Amino acid sequence: MILNYIGNFALFFCLILSSIIFFTSISSLNNKNSFFKRNLNELLFFKFFFTFLSFFSLVILFINSEFSNETVLNNSHISKPLFYKISGTWGNHEGSLLLWLLILTFCAFFYFLKSKNRPLDERLLTVMFQELIIIGFLFFLLKASNPFNIIFPVPNEGMGLNPILQDPLLAIHPPILYLGYVSTSIVFSSSLAGLMRGNINNFWAKHIKSWVYISWTFLTLGILLGSIWAYYELGWGGFWFWDPVENISLMPWLSLTALLHCILVLEKRSILHSWTVILSIITFTLGICGTFLVRSGILNSIHTFANDPERGLYILFFLFFLIFLSILIYFIYEDKFETNNKNLNFYSKDFSIILNNWFVMYFLSVILIGTIYPIFLEVLSNEKISVGPPFFNKLIIPFLIPFLIFMSIGPNLKWIKNNKLSNKLNLIFIFILSIVITIFVYRFYSSVALNITILLAVSFYLFFVTIKDFAKKNYKNYSQMFSHFGFSLLVLSILMNSIFSNEVTSNMQVGDEIKFLDKNIKLQRLENTKEANFLKLIAHFKIEDKDKIELLFKPEIRIYDKPETITSEAAIKTDIFRDRFLVINLVKENDYLNVRYQEKPFMIWIWISAIFISLGGIINIFKKNEK
Amino acid sequence: MKNKYLKIFIIIFFIFSFFIFYYGLKQKDLYTTENSGIQKFPNLTLHDFFTNKQTSFEDILIDSNYYLVNIWSSWCLPCRDEHIYLTQLKKNSSVKIIGINYKDKKNNAEKFLDEFGNPYEYILNDKDGIASIEIGAYGVPESFILNKQKEIVKKIIGPIDQKKFKTVLKIMKNEN
Repeated sequence: MILNYIGNFALFFCLILSSIIFFTSISSLNNKNSFFKRNLNELLFFKFFFTFLSFFSLVILFINSEFSNETVLNNSHISKPLFYKISGTWGNHEGSLLLWLLILTFCAFFYFLKSKNRPLDERLLTVMFQELIIIGFLFFLLKASNPFNIIFPVPNEGMGLNPILQDPLLAIHPPILYLGYVSTSIVFSSSLAGLMRGNINNFWAKHIKSWVYISWTFLTLGILLGSIWAYYELGWGGFWFWDPVENISLMPWLSLTALLHCILVLEKRSILHSWTVILSIITFTLGICGTFLVRSGILNSIHTFANDPERGLYILFFLFFLIFLSILIYFIYEDKFETNNKNLNFYSKDFSIILNNWFVMYFLSVILIGTIYPIFLEVLSNEKISVGPPFFNKLIIPFLIPFLIFMSIGPNLKWIKNNKLSNKLNLIFIFILSIVITIFVYRFYSSVALNITILLAVSFYLFFVTIKDFAKKNYKNYSQMFSHFGFSLLVLSILMNSIFSNEVTSNMQVGDEIKFLDKNIKLQRLENTKEANFLKLIAHFKIEDKDKIELLFKPEIRIYDKPETITSEAAIKTDIFRDRFLVINLVKENDYLNVRYQEKPFMIWIWISAIFISLGGIINIFKKNEK
Repeated sequence: MKNKYLKIFIIIFFIFSFFIFYYGLKQKDLYTTENSGIQKFPNLTLHDFFTNKQTSFEDILIDSNYYLVNIWSSWCLPCRDEHIYLTQLKKNSSVKIIGINYKDKKNNAEKFLDEFGNPYEYILNDKDGIASIEIGAYGVPESFILNKQKEIVKKIIGPIDQKKFKTVLKIMKNEN
């Protein structure tokens, strides 16, 4: 009970501290003599500490199952394992916002600590913008989604955490994703501050680069974890569905990827100043926009409705406040950019990066339009539509082809100018090699569409070019090599996966047998067991292939009691060539099971390639620290 | 960006988007089909929840000026909040309420009805959710108000609350 008050008051204290920091940074800007930075550092630390205190109280409330707290009541119950009691803290709207705020205050503190080599007024302005964001979220938290609402009389038992969220992956997915989103706020604030002070140059790029790498790496890992969770837990048999919620997480990633490359060009060549600032603004506002779209319930997806319009309204106002603020600052201060008339050469690294940035912006707009167009249409014409995978596939796949080509050739060019391509022969040889391989694949499996075939060829091209780069003797840019290699692997495995997947669906009873390709699938027996917080129905399947090699599959159906929910746990056997995926569903009022068996080639390589991509970011973070 | 018109365009664009989102939030779950032409409720045949007999909407949509077709499920938490209003509607008006039980287990659904009462004249079973999709539902709960001619007068996405409850009553009074 007491923890409710501690948590709540700690948040109020944060609000006061935030306002103090906000005004201190403004007054120190006007009168730098009055500034003593020790003070600000301590204030930032205290604010972080109080947010932590508040977050910690909520965690303890969850661990102790104190149902006097409304958030705990709605999202936990006594018999839940300790691990999920803790992870349940951020498995709901209020708690996750508190976690968001915790990371936000930590970032502000950490930024100020680590930016001592930057001009003081830029740092102060950055802190000011950061406080503005923090105050916005604090108000939101306290007013519209307070995690410390008290319920009286105290109920005996809670409503329980949604079972599909009871998964180890989903326990670490939000913190990692938030680390990614929230650290873009520093890039946002710092770029606005730099813009106001005319500081956007190669030194600024060098300084902010590590923040971009950190957020990019965490965002990549966060999306990867979410995707793995969707594959293993939801049992839909896929990893990406172009669902609005997924699109929303992908958009900031795309603009952040473009920003990452822009920062590199800015550091090396002192061009693309405006690109960098605009992308920093876009990345962060897209993150907030994602929060708005997901939490307000404005997007329609086939889920139960339980939203609070007040919340949506608040984030909407906050989002557009940030958008207009940054547009205004940009328009007023854009003259402060260093002007230069450096020419761009077609055969240069800079040029291919800029070109690919345009492609990324194109992908971004396709996804943005696909996600929010239904909302626009509904408001303007009362018509409801939903935009599905065909839209995205049609608009994105053809443009991936030139994108991948530039991605292969670009890193082999030099900055500024390349009169003769040094390893031209190599590149041409690899190009021919990838075409040959593709023709081979095409003949083997001729029902593939033409654009997919070309895409396959160019992703083989990128794949081999990056492999060739690993063998290069002189200077190596490991992070770039890993990320680009990972990306080619990702496109390749997704393509292979979609071309060669096979599946069978059937209703089966115990003893039934079905044939699939050259295999025999047999349902041997059913088994009931009881676990701590759910009942389990295990089906034993035996799959025998033509060489008489037997595989046993044990897919499960879990019946949770609080809240009463049924989930399917797929049985998945993974090896390096394919995933075998078997999932069962109960057919109500019938004594047979609905069985779906899929063979998905190269599934594991999708995860591995995403790990490679983020490895590139990790290498860069550590490389920075060594210096 | 030296171009003044571009600046003005960008600002106007964002103001426009703001209002779109604003109205999107305000109106999202209550809209009439008046603008897009009158829609007739599809005549589907489903199994009756209790007797498991084949039942078509033709057979049950009779003898009333208004019908409310409500898609519900025992696992859907907002449906519990909504249920009170359905019971109220049954008491206070002549509307015939027809339930479509969406992707549910019979046991759970029966428990739900025992606990909260049964305001439904008929309940039809939609265990695979296909019928709900054919009707044009976006999720559970969702309700359709039909007039005597079986035309959709209003569609309510999400739970019926105090405000929407009043709207429903108003429609019936106005058009009676």
